[in-house]
Amino acid sequence: MKIGLALVLSLGVTASLAGQATRPAPRETPRRAPAVPAAPEVTIAITNARVFPVSGQAIERGTVVIRGTKIAAVGAGIPVPSGARVVEAEGKIVTPGWIESATQIGIVEIQSGAEGTDDQSTTDKELSAAFDVVDGFNGESTVIPVTRVEGITRAVVTPSGSGHVLLGQGAMFDLSGAQVPASVVKAPVAMFANLGEAGAASEGGSRASAMLRLREALQDAIDFERHGVAWANAQRRTYARGRLDLEALGPVVRGELPLAINANRASDLLAAMRLADEFHLKLILMGAIEGWRVADQLAARKVPVVIKPLTNIPSFDALGATLENAARLSKAGATLVLSSFDTHNARNLRQEAGNAIANGLDRDAALRAVTLEPARVWGVAERIGSLEAGKDADVVVWSGDPFELTTRAEHVFIAGREVSSDTRQKQLFEKYKTIK
Amino acid sequence: MQRYLQAATVAALLACLTITTVGAQQTPPSQPPPRPGAPNPATPGERTPTPPETPPRPATPPQPAPQQTGAAPFAPNAYASTYKPFPSRPTVIRNATILTAAGPAIERGSILLQDGKIAAVGQAVSAPPDAAVIDATGKWVTPGIIDTHSHLGVYAAPGIESLQDGNEMTSPNTAEVSAEHSLWPQDPQFDLALAGGVTAMQILPGSANLFGGRGVTVKNVPSRTAEGMKFPGAPYGLKMACGENPKRVYGSRNTAPQTRMGNVAGYRRAWQAAAEYRDSLRRWKASGSDPEKRPARNLQLETLAGVLDGEILVHNHCYRADEMATMINIAKEFGYKITSFHHAVEAYKIRDLLADNNICASMWADWWGFKLEAYDGIRENIALVDQAKGCAIVHSDDPNGEQRLNQEAAKALRAGWEAGFSIERADAVKWLTLNPAKALGIDKVTGSLEPGKNADVVIWSGDPFSVYSRAEQVFIDGALMYDRSDPEKQPRRDFITGLMPQGGAR
Repeated sequence: MKIGLALVLSLGVTASLAGQATRPAPRETPRRAPAVPAAPEVTIAITNARVFPVSGQAIERGTVVIRGTKIAAVGAGIPVPSGARVVEAEGKIVTPGWIESATQIGIVEIQSGAEGTDDQSTTDKELSAAFDVVDGFNGESTVIPVTRVEGITRAVVTPSGSGHVLLGQGAMFDLSGAQVPASVVKAPVAMFANLGEAGAASEGGSRASAMLRLREALQDAIDFERHGVAWANAQRRTYARGRLDLEALGPVVRGELPLAINANRASDLLAAMRLADEFHLKLILMGAIEGWRVADQLAARKVPVVIKPLTNIPSFDALGATLENAARLSKAGATLVLSSFDTHNARNLRQEAGNAIANGLDRDAALRAVTLEPARVWGVAERIGSLEAGKDADVVVWSGDPFELTTRAEHVFIAGREVSSDTRQKQLFEKYKTIK
Repeated sequence: MQRYLQAATVAALLACLTITTVGAQQTPPSQPPPRPGAPNPATPGERTPTPPETPPRPATPPQPAPQQTGAAPFAPNAYASTYKPFPSRPTVIRNATILTAAGPAIERGSILLQDGKIAAVGQAVSAPPDAAVIDATGKWVTPGIIDTHSHLGVYAAPGIESLQDGNEMTSPNTAEVSAEHSLWPQDPQFDLALAGGVTAMQILPGSANLFGGRGVTVKNVPSRTAEGMKFPGAPYGLKMACGENPKRVYGSRNTAPQTRMGNVAGYRRAWQAAAEYRDSLRRWKASGSDPEKRPARNLQLETLAGVLDGEILVHNHCYRADEMATMINIAKEFGYKITSFHHAVEAYKIRDLLADNNICASMWADWWGFKLEAYDGIRENIALVDQAKGCAIVHSDDPNGEQRLNQEAAKALRAGWEAGFSIERADAVKWLTLNPAKALGIDKVTGSLEPGKNADVVIWSGDPFSVYSRAEQVFIDGALMYDRSDPEKQPRRDFITGLMPQGGAR
């Protein structure tokens, strides 16, 4: 759900309580800026390409017209508008910009031994659900350019941590390099939590205690929704979590904001689904290494799964790990999103998807799983995810098969602007290309 | 790997993971459950370096490895390899695109495997009448992939506390330990690496210590014992580590080393002691080797003296260019050779120095940024080292990447092409085969498809530099050890026997 709507809803709640004393103000900072700030209205026509709009059939010798920040037209035989910059793409492949769905791009610059560069989690035990990646996001991270030159134009940045099963709120950003709020596509996109082995490690040492704490937080959030004013006046029982967390959970228990749960073992995936049923939550499963073992249930309940295809090493949290997880989930009809679950090498999302294909996933399904499907799952499909007139012009021109390791992204457009191929790594290469 | 451990063990493991994982990081390791926060899952990380130079020193004919330095009044081969090749039959593979790692690609070529060796390779190869014939039309053939930097068996799956056997983090110098004594041959990750075409690998201790201990080179075969996997004739490696890991591990305990200069002092102190130990043994031998007067045996110094004597190859985990240069200076001071730097994220900055000193670089295709000493990683690293006439190696340091070293090489190849180099696949395949064989001192017997060498061969479904290609059949010493189309020909370690849900583990 878009932040605008969320705001209206949460304001509505506040309004209904108006006059009843001190209900804490809802948190909301409209951080989404007006699309791309004042980009000059440039028209670009990408011509003669094999175009994969994802929303429809592939188009041979197709044209994609970009006007300003938006896609103006997609199809075969479309005339090139006069004055347009032409990108001749004979023999090339054009797809929507890709979406990475589980990364810490922008909130982690250097993971180890570099104080001040890692904002993926909080050490504040009083904070969990309220933790929000947006306030730590740095649009100038060096990770952003190296990622977008590989055709990834948007990323869901997720929190981490271990103090509580609830990790906080993730958000989707564009990889234009802009700062907040201009780079925010949607915030939050989901509340993140750990169950299974990770949940046990986060809270209480057992899968069961993790589930109990999560359930408690949700119950408290529901009570807080109904009796926030009474609570503020100390006329209500105390809650296990503080005001900030309970407020952040409001949209979750109202079924507006998805709860994205990291879990892998089949039993944990089923437990997460039971929890979602109990609280009427919008559930997304992250990791889901044994997802294939409960694929039919996932498909029947329409629970989206975000998986890392290159996962096949058995652990006690996922003895059934297999490279065929993606193919089997897709075959069962589950809503499938592919992700790198990486930060510095989120750029290898293409390798992940290519391997999913090599292990049985349909090619079209693989492309959908990194474009339109994540756009839908994260609630931004009206703006991105496919090449359709009116959508943000996130467009990639590939030298060949985008899943192949030796292919490169020759042109990458984010909201109509072609991104530079420059990266810090490229500068280092140029510096050492010859050794004096 | 184990990212999520029981709370009680977390603290203890953390140190370990950080270290261990540090290097590796990147990947969400095996478990992607990742909490999205945890960036690197499981990689056992960087644990060791590798290296020999090209002309590896010890000739490597399969024989008992030189394991002891000095005359020893104890059984010198107590840990010798007990490996025996698996049964094989003469096999001829026809109509394949063959990358021999010893010359240009052979189109529609044939290769004959006989008596465990490569009998012939070329456009026209005659085969005995009883030979199995494999029509490999449309398929590609390469030598078996060799990984200079593996932690299989010492950081086994499942990645739990019970199996954290790769870093003896109790002293900055543990040259006396040997990875073969942690190696669990039932690690199911060996099966997965085999399915990726890996036929041999060096199992190294981790990088927490200045001297992590001995590395052992193994064949990727099922065995009940570590000795049953040991590559006959392969020299031991010595894992050394530069930079952040040792100083973090020990510095955080307020013990030495706490700084990079402390690291260097630690190396030099140890090498000085090793030189004195070696000299005392030499004097003893020169004066008649009276068993009563033999200097006391010191296992730690014995390993280091083995390096000074050229019997053990130094594999040096080191990221930064300036630190690699320092390590080269230390080697010169004490008269030993560094066979390979490992990780060598900044190798490109000193590729001339590496080539001049005949030191290999075992590198990732694209890992970077997980710590400051990896921040300057560039994807052209491997190609730049290669083009400087250096010994470039694609290594894994990761049980995930180890399954797809061919793909890692493909990414490095692409970076080389985009940098303007014209690199043939037939040359890039050496990054995976011949160069690592050199670094492990086994290139006389494997690493390329040449008559007389061990028949370590992979048949790929297509171009091995394609994301879609898979190892279809893998031969070790001429024996078919893996066949993608035949579940009976896919080893399954004990751990997953009866535990893995049907359909898992692949």
